[in-house]
Amino acid sequence: MNVPSDLKYSKTHEWVRVEGDTAIVGITDFAQSELGDVVYVDLPEVGKTLKAGDTFGTVESVKTVSDVYAPVSGEVIEVNETLANASEKVNSDPFGEGWMLKVKMADAGELQNLIDAEAYKASVEA
Amino acid sequence: MRRPKSVPVPELIFKKSRPGRVGCNLPVADTPEVDLQAELGELRDDLPLPEVAELDLLRHFTHLSHLNYGIETGFYPLGSCTMKYNPKINEKTASLTGFTHLHPMQPVSSMAGAVELLLGLQDILKELTGFNEITLQPVAGAHGEMTCLMMVKAYHESRGEGASRKTVLVPDSAHGTNPASAVRCGYDVKSIPTNAEGLTDLQTLENFLDSSIAAIMLTNPSTLALFEKNIHEICDMAHRVGAQVFCDGANMNAMVGVTRPGDHGFDCMHLNLHKTFSTPHGGGGPGCGAIGIKSHLEPFLPYPVITRKDGMPFKDYNRPQSIGKVSSFYGQFLMAVRAYTYLLAFGKEGVAQIARHAVLNANYVQARLKDWIPPAHDRFCMHECVLTAAKFKKQGIRALDISKRLIDYGFHPPTNYFPLIVPEALMIEPTETECKETLDAFCDALIAISKEAEENPDLLHQAPASQVVGRLDETAAVKQLDVNYYKS
Amino acid sequence: MPYIPHTDEDRREMLATIGVGSIDDLFADIPDNLRLKTQLNIPSALDEYRLYGHLFDLAHKNSSAANTVCFLGAGIYDRYIPATVGAVISRGEFLTSYTPYQPELSQGYLQAIYEFQSMVAALYGMEVANASMYDGATAMAEAALMASTINNRKKVVVSQSVHPNYRAVLHTYCWSVGLNVEEISAPDGTTENYSKVDADTACVIVQNPNFFGSLEDLERAREAARTTNALFIVVADPIACALLKPPGEYGADIVVGEGQSLGIPMGMGGPLLGLFTCKSEHVRRIPGRIVGKTVDHDGRTGYVMTLRTREQDIRREKATSNICTNEALMGLAALVYMTAMGKNGMKRVAETTVRNSRYAMAKLADTGCKIKFGGKVFGEFVLETPIDATVVQVKLMQKGILAGLPLGPFYPALQNCLLVAVTETRTREQIDDYAVKLKEVLS
Repeated sequence: MNVPSDLKYSKTHEWVRVEGDTAIVGITDFAQSELGDVVYVDLPEVGKTLKAGDTFGTVESVKTVSDVYAPVSGEVIEVNETLANASEKVNSDPFGEGWMLKVKMADAGELQNLIDAEAYKASVEA
Repeated sequence: MRRPKSVPVPELIFKKSRPGRVGCNLPVADTPEVDLQAELGELRDDLPLPEVAELDLLRHFTHLSHLNYGIETGFYPLGSCTMKYNPKINEKTASLTGFTHLHPMQPVSSMAGAVELLLGLQDILKELTGFNEITLQPVAGAHGEMTCLMMVKAYHESRGEGASRKTVLVPDSAHGTNPASAVRCGYDVKSIPTNAEGLTDLQTLENFLDSSIAAIMLTNPSTLALFEKNIHEICDMAHRVGAQVFCDGANMNAMVGVTRPGDHGFDCMHLNLHKTFSTPHGGGGPGCGAIGIKSHLEPFLPYPVITRKDGMPFKDYNRPQSIGKVSSFYGQFLMAVRAYTYLLAFGKEGVAQIARHAVLNANYVQARLKDWIPPAHDRFCMHECVLTAAKFKKQGIRALDISKRLIDYGFHPPTNYFPLIVPEALMIEPTETECKETLDAFCDALIAISKEAEENPDLLHQAPASQVVGRLDETAAVKQLDVNYYKS
Repeated sequence: MPYIPHTDEDRREMLATIGVGSIDDLFADIPDNLRLKTQLNIPSALDEYRLYGHLFDLAHKNSSAANTVCFLGAGIYDRYIPATVGAVISRGEFLTSYTPYQPELSQGYLQAIYEFQSMVAALYGMEVANASMYDGATAMAEAALMASTINNRKKVVVSQSVHPNYRAVLHTYCWSVGLNVEEISAPDGTTENYSKVDADTACVIVQNPNFFGSLEDLERAREAARTTNALFIVVADPIACALLKPPGEYGADIVVGEGQSLGIPMGMGGPLLGLFTCKSEHVRRIPGRIVGKTVDHDGRTGYVMTLRTREQDIRREKATSNICTNEALMGLAALVYMTAMGKNGMKRVAETTVRNSRYAMAKLADTGCKIKFGGKVFGEFVLETPIDATVVQVKLMQKGILAGLPLGPFYPALQNCLLVAVTETRTREQIDDYAVKLKEVLS
């Protein structure tokens, strides 16, 4: 199971890559393997304001639907439109091409509430 | 049911079409011809339906039927579906032209026999369920659930509590139609956890109950096939906060003639005539979702109410507090004919034997299998048993694999993964119409598969190997969506 | 005991395996005060011979289209059902099977549903059809709810020329989820105007042919919906669509209808068949089951229920509908019907319907009655009678004719009006006879 050390994680299996005041968000390798083949990703509209902990969309496999939760608050400035026709990227490259949204963070302090790679790995293996 | 893999899947009917072929012998018009364009305006260019001769049509569907499995093919132990024998006499009575050729809007005085049948069926169902009124207008189980909740909503509104009672409580073990139906009535849904015994915990329920609750939806026996021993207390608790209690009657086959949900304290219930009362499932429908209600909900019944006035059949449209209509006419009349026929075959003398033998059969299966695939709860079950295949996970075998392998043994699999709260669930409902040899053959097959799971798990992973197709690519079915031949 | 095979020996052996003395022991969880102690007050059992006799007697207490001549339509039609339909749907492998959740065991039915979906979509000129809804009325209500989910608007605009029972179901479904319904009038037999369509309108619903049999201006209806980007929903008669330019070609977003005319008996209004189609861009919101084509892991073609995450067993409270059981067997009947008819048969049924109704309009107008509405009709029309239409109906019933539907109870302005349907099964002789008897009744 891949858990890149340069990212931050939520307990609900989302990851965050910080670039300045932008947070790039996706779901983890663990999450995609639990879901199976991802067939559809439902993402919010650009411009939407998210609050940390709220659901921002869903990820669907053939037989399941999972909510995905915003790890940080802020405005959605970009969504990964390529997932509409290539949802399999979430499975094949969850930390790279499978990214879901870019959020302009309202409060970078919220990053303290996320956990690091070691802690996430431990929580999953428990 | 085993077909060699060399037998191909039949061609689509569209590929069998040849211009000019005709598949039936149509009524001939004897009135003057008309100019269709002048009479109707814009006409369509083409109607791309296939043209097939009558014999070829029959062969096409006969071949398709050979690739399908019905109760008459073999054992069909789908939990919660009650796949009992669908008596052929019911098909005969439902085919009588005095029933099939009735128009729903003809004068009610001209359908005295039909009204007598409906009232007769309603009376029998009232007795069996212990409710004051029955309506047959809902056309399926989920439809009946929704109709009950609509009546509950109207009831609360009539008492000025429509706006304050916004939530419906549903156990986490409930069938998916329960929360879906509640949402259809504008309610929020809160999930009540089921306790380790597979029942509703009274203290937990107490914490949820307050004046914002419109109703609790309970299945009894529960979806774990266990009778809610405290059901009377649960109904009392709900009533103390002014909430209504709905009974999901999908599991009525465990109770028919033995106990009555109306006596348990429920305010309303839905029935599945296509489960308990033998009307055929038809590959997914038609169903027939009669509902029973206590008197306080009577004003809200959908209209018209089929009844008698001065001894004459009567459709009562004067229902000022009615929720309105939930289906086009009076419900699934021809399915009601079947259910009525079925119930009269048993009568007062025989009806209790249905649940008694359903429960006997399920417990027999559970007892024979308990050392191989253990029950989720170590106690007697009711009309179905819920087993858990969790112990096979370490061999990489899941409930799905066991089910697919059963197909190679000639059986339809049981229900998988329901209820959601039992890991690797297999829910087996034999019904009372199965003989001991069938149950033994099924148990022997599952025991053999349990051994294969340890010794030769690949047989399960590759299963089914015996059918015209193997496991299908359901991901591709979504991502390369093809639901229409003409657009594919 | 009918249908229950157990002998005393079976019971003994099974109880021994379970480890209890009697079946009663298995019901120990049921509190004693809830156990029934006496026989229920229901009729006594009948053996099969007497059972059939009893049902036969009940059936014979009804007048029906079998022993009267039927000119009653109003959404349910006395049409010719080819013998092949019953032969196919009575096959046990179809009749007694369950929903095809195990696709390997259900390829027959799954392929049939795929064929059904394709033909229904073709008939309506639409891209996607589902595997059926309960009936035309609930299909229409679900279409309105689906429109509201798509555009988040709360108002449904529907013409009063839509079937009154369908509008009643719509009102009930909309009240239940908190949507508003506004009706637009049709005093001259077709929808008057669309002034009620506004920015809060989720959808505009018309029926074509409408309840009166009249043809609506679908271009106008669509334009009205487009002015505020509301969805354009049409309730369409499937037989009429064999001839008429189908609603899909007018740009309808959702087309629904009643499929009873496609090989299903009138059956006092149940079971019926709801047809539901939409544009492919809306497919993720469609209620009910849908079957798709795919392959297995060896590349063989197969069929499977797809887009399952919309459905209640997976999505629960967020499902696109609560529907589970649908009208699968009636869909199979319709498939056999449409295949037996083929393109030419369907057209001929529609054409004969038009010819017969034109002939009837001329003959009945000649009796002192009046055709109420001008404009084009398909196979049904409104006849204005000089005396109370209910009285006309009762008297003609005594003469062996189901004359039509008195409209007074549904439309207060149409008290002396009868809705008359003339399908392809009516003959010239029957129509002539109707005119003669009508004259008698009016004199």
